[in-house]
Amino acid sequence: MGIIQTSQVKSPWILHFCNSSCNGCDIEVLACLTPLYDVERFGIVNMGNPKHADVMVVTGPVNYRTARVLKNLYNQIPDPKMVIAVGACASTGGVFHNCYNILGGVDKVIPVDVYVPGCAARPEAIIDGVVLALQKLSKAVGVAK
Amino acid sequence: MNQVWIAIIAVVVAPFIGGLLAGIDRKLTARLQGRYGPPILQPFYDFFKLLGKSKIATNRTQFIWLIAYLVFMITCLVFLVLQQDLLLLVFLLGFAGISFVLAGFSTKSPYSHFGANRELMQILSYEPILLLFALAVYAQNGSFMISSIMENSTPLLISLWPVFIALVIALTIKMRKSPFDIATSHHGHQELVKGIMTEISGPYYALVTLTEWYELVLVLGLIALFWSNPLWVGILIALGAFILELLIDNVNARLTGGLMVRICWAAALILCVLNILYIYFMRGVA
Repeated sequence: MGIIQTSQVKSPWILHFCNSSCNGCDIEVLACLTPLYDVERFGIVNMGNPKHADVMVVTGPVNYRTARVLKNLYNQIPDPKMVIAVGACASTGGVFHNCYNILGGVDKVIPVDVYVPGCAARPEAIIDGVVLALQKLSKAVGVAK
Repeated sequence: MNQVWIAIIAVVVAPFIGGLLAGIDRKLTARLQGRYGPPILQPFYDFFKLLGKSKIATNRTQFIWLIAYLVFMITCLVFLVLQQDLLLLVFLLGFAGISFVLAGFSTKSPYSHFGANRELMQILSYEPILLLFALAVYAQNGSFMISSIMENSTPLLISLWPVFIALVIALTIKMRKSPFDIATSHHGHQELVKGIMTEISGPYYALVTLTEWYELVLVLGLIALFWSNPLWVGILIALGAFILELLIDNVNARLTGGLMVRICWAAALILCVLNILYIYFMRGVA
């Protein structure tokens, strides 16, 4: 692995997007950034800008309004990129799966790399999910080069 | 020939020093906030990761201005290490800043435009301080050349300490630190997305990071000039100013742009102008 591949694994910048979630998972995602969990020690930084992000952390089920936004944000992230679906709703649609306005999980709209189950997903599980995504990323770039 | 080697070594070594300082910045900030913090080498990981990202172009003109930003900043650094004209260095630094603003204006994103407008306000704030710093050096030494500062055995800090305080305020803006970080919003992500950086992504963002490292080394070098004989005292003073900026960053909330201009101009006009007038007055008396 070259220096760029090593760096890609060591510096994942996160874009956090909330579809139509109950905000439970969003609070847990933001809890990861607090001093207790401090994900910045792995180089993870929360970015407000899709053009600077590497990993997209999506919470909540996709509805007809957010599907367009989600696709747009996904397309604005430069390659290589990873998508993590956080929580039961983002993974499958959760308790909302049969609602008239819900499409289902995030994978109905964009390709998802890692699913983090839980309602709400615990910060430890979310960090675990990011680490899993990074392992997948390092495998992908290792194979590509 | 010797001068060429000095310039080449400075251009090669400066990004390493700047990147390490940025790493220390992130580590110290994390410790001040009660976090463990990223490794010291984290800025380099970020830099190389950004180099490996795909290029997304919204406007190609932007890239020319970003490259101009880098080239002018390197030229400024070469001016400093070769001990050339301080006044010309300040003008070049001004044009480097303007290149960055034009890069922000060359895209259509409203966030980028907002950031560029605010960057202009930052330039408006720190540029008088730098200019008055050069004038104060002229008043003290009778020459704009940095080599005349290096030859002078009495440190500038003794007679120019008010200018030094003003320059530390300018350093806060240059380092994009908290009370005056209004153009890029390093911390306030939700407010302007990423300000002037919004449309700069991938390898071009790496280019801007590189330029910021050069800029950091350059401005700290200017502060080191305040104690140029022996130079290691000046470097210690510059590092002290750097750590002071981190403290200021962590204990302050961000101010609005208007307040920034008012504070900086008050500092520049009161501290620097009084200092220059005092030097000329004392010379007239003696």
